[in-house]
Amino acid sequence: MKRRSILAFLIFVLVLTRVLSYAQSGDELRFYLRSDPKTFNPLLVADDASETIRYLTGGVLVRVNRQTQQLQPELATAWKLSKDGKSISFNLREHVYFSDGTPFSAQDVAYTVQHLMDPAVHSPTGDSFRSGSGEVRTDVPSPNRITISFPAPVAGMDKLFDHVAVLSSRSPKQEMAVLGPFYVADYKSGSYVLLKRNPNYWKRDSAGRQLPYLNSIRMDIQSNRDIEELKFRRGEIDLVNSLDSEYYDRLASTSAKLLHDAGPSLDSEQMWFNQVGNAPIPAYKKEWFRSTNFRRAISLGINRADLCRVVFALHARPAVGPVSPANKFWFNTKLQPQSFDPASALRFLQQDGFRREGSTLRDRDGHPVEFSIITNSGNKYRERMTTMIQLDLGNLGIHVNVVTLDFPSLIERITQSFNYEAALLGLVNDDLDPNAQMNVWLSSAENHQWNPSEKSPETNWEAEIDRLMRAQPDEGAGVGH
Amino acid sequence: MSGIQKFACWTLAAIVLGGIALSIIVPADYTVQFRETPNAVPTHQHLLGTDELGRDRLARVLYGTRISLLLAPAAAFLSTLMAALIGVVSGYFGSWCERLALAVTDLVLSLPWLFLMLAVRAVLPLNVSPLTSVVITFLLLGLLGWAASARVLCTGTRVLRNSDFILQARASGLHGFRLLAVHIIPNLKPVLYAQFLISVPVFILSEANLGILGLGVAEPLPSWGSLLRELEGWGGFSTEPWKLAPMLLLILVVSCFQVILAREEVSA
Repeated sequence: MKRRSILAFLIFVLVLTRVLSYAQSGDELRFYLRSDPKTFNPLLVADDASETIRYLTGGVLVRVNRQTQQLQPELATAWKLSKDGKSISFNLREHVYFSDGTPFSAQDVAYTVQHLMDPAVHSPTGDSFRSGSGEVRTDVPSPNRITISFPAPVAGMDKLFDHVAVLSSRSPKQEMAVLGPFYVADYKSGSYVLLKRNPNYWKRDSAGRQLPYLNSIRMDIQSNRDIEELKFRRGEIDLVNSLDSEYYDRLASTSAKLLHDAGPSLDSEQMWFNQVGNAPIPAYKKEWFRSTNFRRAISLGINRADLCRVVFALHARPAVGPVSPANKFWFNTKLQPQSFDPASALRFLQQDGFRREGSTLRDRDGHPVEFSIITNSGNKYRERMTTMIQLDLGNLGIHVNVVTLDFPSLIERITQSFNYEAALLGLVNDDLDPNAQMNVWLSSAENHQWNPSEKSPETNWEAEIDRLMRAQPDEGAGVGH
Repeated sequence: MSGIQKFACWTLAAIVLGGIALSIIVPADYTVQFRETPNAVPTHQHLLGTDELGRDRLARVLYGTRISLLLAPAAAFLSTLMAALIGVVSGYFGSWCERLALAVTDLVLSLPWLFLMLAVRAVLPLNVSPLTSVVITFLLLGLLGWAASARVLCTGTRVLRNSDFILQARASGLHGFRLLAVHIIPNLKPVLYAQFLISVPVFILSEANLGILGLGVAEPLPSWGSLLRELEGWGGFSTEPWKLAPMLLLILVVSCFQVILAREEVSA
């Protein structure tokens, strides 16, 4: 399922951009962060709150327009990718200054890249650029030009710079000196983050007026969604990030004019079977789970349309594959979602020797078909989905046990002990490029959920996915502006 | 027994019997999903409307009542039995036996029971039927909930042990387990009864808490805990008052136990 996170981060950014554009000078924008930002260092960002701060304060070379999904120039006025996909050259904007007044130059970009790729820094953003062993070189022929060379091709390299906020190599304030529209003026742990207008921000509107219009942004730390909803209704905060379907519908019934449904997000919910060779589950169940016919039958036996309608109140749509329709560049519009077809499901099962005996489905050795689906407790949407799947598969004679576990126990089972049969979880994705999901789709990857860290692909279809994922980085070479 | 206590007893009996009898005449099964009408308002077909998956709320409330009201007393009985065994024996024999029992009791009392329940649930086998899961949940509650009662019973036994009539019984040649069975345990009956009655609502509420966390009774089996989760997205009393049914039942049952308990505490 592709969830329409009405304002998932990507959409949040879109709305925020609009709010910032329409706001009048002198205003303060208020909204809530769900948790404290873990860091203000833009290279170390790994959580939503820090990502929000980075988006609002960081100056980047290029920016992916969240609405058009096209790259736009920011601190770089033009850029060029080499044909081999290993290096990229930027022409930089002149007369740009950090929030503390220190000037911006190619030296700052080189300094940022060196820190980004320094293994000692452990930058999650830097991980996206790590494509092979070897040194990253930066060549600065002039203060306004820089070429960055990587040891191997980096997929979607130009788009990845959307996440790289440039640090100052000379400012004593280090990462607190920023090139974005706002800077962090105050922070009280557990209480609030206050951003103030960057007086040196380089961008101007069409009338030549310096941006941003807003004087400040106050983000209180508040994890309670009910309080957030109440404050939004009272007009005490200006926007809400990441609405779920129930929350959206409640607000729509009372404050429809305040809502903007921005369409599907990049996130998905997915169910998989444990196919780990040494998993502590019976051998006959492993045989079921590794059978394409069995998995196809399960897929056909689940009524996705009902899941979207009943669980997500139509704020979701049946998935065609791992790529969301929100991803305009990679989504194949010709593909159709898997239909709900219990009769075909039974045919696939019969091909593998399964047979119905009364209300129970049995395999060729007479074992009743029964398995458990684990999901994280407290997530009502996933609990509802598993309950509906339980009933759908029950109609095929398959007995499903729904087990909700606390998150650490769940993660331990799917990553360490592999003591589970099927799982239902979500994939959060904030990148358009499939390269960002390399850690899921490669058979050797640790997050290849159904059978992690395979030494070599154990099935032909996994080998084919490996080949395609490794081939796609070469598609990215090009020129911008 | 006062009038209000009689009323509480009758109310409890009516709820238990109603839970058993009415589930026979409610047309819908608690597992059936009327997917075309999720979150429906009350109608002739669904007297309390439907839940978020289109299941008949009345059928689920009645079945949940049956589960909570049958298994909570069973768990309370188990915990009281364990408390009696540990508390009475340690209080009667005293000395190192009492010190050891009280140390273990303090240790159990100091455990964060919620996290303990989460940990125990996490190591249980995954492929258990919903009915087995509910029995396991209450069994765990019973096995982990004896400590506070054991302390009370240990103190009660110690007081009895040093009393004049027990001294006289000893002087008459009554010793060991015969003294326990003939004089001590019968005199502890009111305390045991009170501890049992205290435990029932505690276990009902504990299961409800676990259910709210999504860790109680497995789907599709209903319990008061899982039914109370609906109130997370409650639209308010003016728009969806029928959703309060499981909460009102819970309050009513716990209140009834408290009213009955008040008399037992006085008796004890």
